[in-house]
Amino acid sequence: MRAPVTRRALTAAAAAALLALSACGGSSGSGTAASPSAGTGRAGVTGNLTVFAAASLTESFTRIGKDFEAANPGTKVTFNFAGSSALATQINQGAPADVFASASPTNMKTVTDAGNGDGTPTTFVKNQLVIAVPKGNPKHVAGLADLTRAGVKVAECAARVPCGAAATRALAAAGVKLTPVTLEQDVKSALSKVKLGEVDAALVYRTDARASASDVDGIEFPESAGAVNSYPIVVLKNSANQTAARAFAAYVLSAKGMSVLTAAGFQAP
Amino acid sequence: MSGVTLKSRRTGAGRAPVGLLLPAAAGLAFLVLPLLGLVIRAPWGSLPRRLTAPGVLTALRLSLETATLATVACVALGVPLAWLLARVEFPGRRVVRALVTVPLVLPPVVGGVALLLVFGRRGLLGAWLDSTFGITLPFTTTAVVVAESFVAMPFLVIAVEGALRGADTRYEEAAATLGAGRWTTFRRVTLPLVAPGVAAGAVLCWARALGEFGATITFAGNYPGSTQTMPLAVYLSLEQGELDAAIVLSLILLTVSVTILASLRDRWIATP
Repeated sequence: MRAPVTRRALTAAAAAALLALSACGGSSGSGTAASPSAGTGRAGVTGNLTVFAAASLTESFTRIGKDFEAANPGTKVTFNFAGSSALATQINQGAPADVFASASPTNMKTVTDAGNGDGTPTTFVKNQLVIAVPKGNPKHVAGLADLTRAGVKVAECAARVPCGAAATRALAAAGVKLTPVTLEQDVKSALSKVKLGEVDAALVYRTDARASASDVDGIEFPESAGAVNSYPIVVLKNSANQTAARAFAAYVLSAKGMSVLTAAGFQAP
Repeated sequence: MSGVTLKSRRTGAGRAPVGLLLPAAAGLAFLVLPLLGLVIRAPWGSLPRRLTAPGVLTALRLSLETATLATVACVALGVPLAWLLARVEFPGRRVVRALVTVPLVLPPVVGGVALLLVFGRRGLLGAWLDSTFGITLPFTTTAVVVAESFVAMPFLVIAVEGALRGADTRYEEAAATLGAGRWTTFRRVTLPLVAPGVAAGAVLCWARALGEFGATITFAGNYPGSTQTMPLAVYLSLEQGELDAAIVLSLILLTVSVTILASLRDRWIATP
């Protein structure tokens, strides 16, 4: 009958040990997280930079990142491309990022309202929607109304993602009631469903259709003019490398950055 | 004193070494703390309102239905497969067993891409299905069941094969000497013998199907009511900044899983 007592004692000991362990874990974790920031407080543009950018900026920001690294030896830019709403959530949950470039002011506001932006965001480009269809437009899609035809499968972005919000506005402006087959978490996954041939059309940005011009055609439609998205960029308050972050944002807004963006199909703000 | 020594030798009790106890406690905490965090952080005040939000019950029902259908499909196909692996000698059996377990180690999202390439509208089989029968799988509830079955079936096959290997083959041999054919033997002797193993496998399979995410979102897409299961709803709520909604959905999924596990565990899954 002594065994249970022993076991209970052991349980208590284990619990105590556990508390001690978890406490250790907590402090050592935050210690390592803080150490890199201490090493990068030098003047001059150098070091690692993490940029969270809307999925639609994938091609142009990758290009700009390379140019920026070449112009500032010693810098290394890492990107996290995803739906702006997902990025905003990640930043507000404490993801280590230096710069945020959103595909809409709404998702930017989520970040600045939480006090995570450093200064006021600057709008750097505008973008609008097209209908991406497989090369050759096999279903003869000419406008939004064609998307509601029987046998036409459409991929749309989820409502909180900027491309989804823009699509909702454009469809409302056109008075078209569309039931997509899937609501994707960012514009690139909507586009990939067209490339795979799983859907007949997707509402994506002009820039995305242009970046995949070998696989898809972009069909312009008039209602997209009423659903133009502005892209704001901001340096983040918790950036461990403020100097480089500011330099990167300035580079995006510079003539060099803008030429890359406009070549990709973005419009100047 | 000698009594204690005897007892401790028999039960393996006595003083548990600290070198094992500490990592064990850390392991337990690692598994339990995140779940505790979910419970602590839950928006209890707005819970009733959130539970009855329109999308929640739709996603829950879809999840339960697809996981159950996937389990039925896995049992129908997986039990014979397990029997084949356990009872029939054939060349390449080890290769087949390895192939069966591939979805276990495969990242589910890779499974989803693979499913698209085979069952997609332009896939190896999908193109034929589309042109011959006008059937396309992606973005349908069937696609969710297919994705869930793909990732969950290995759990069932492994559990049933293990049960078959552990079962006493003398009963089957006796049935055979009494004139029963292999099919009758399987039906009347083998299956009842390994029923607990099948049940345990089915529970594991169901739980895995219920939690399926990567293959589903890749192959079946995401649309409320037809393909948006609970894990997808959790992920998308979180992505879209609706943290509280994500927590509530997670809590529901946690409750369902734990309830099913607890109610079936004592009945079917043998515990020491």
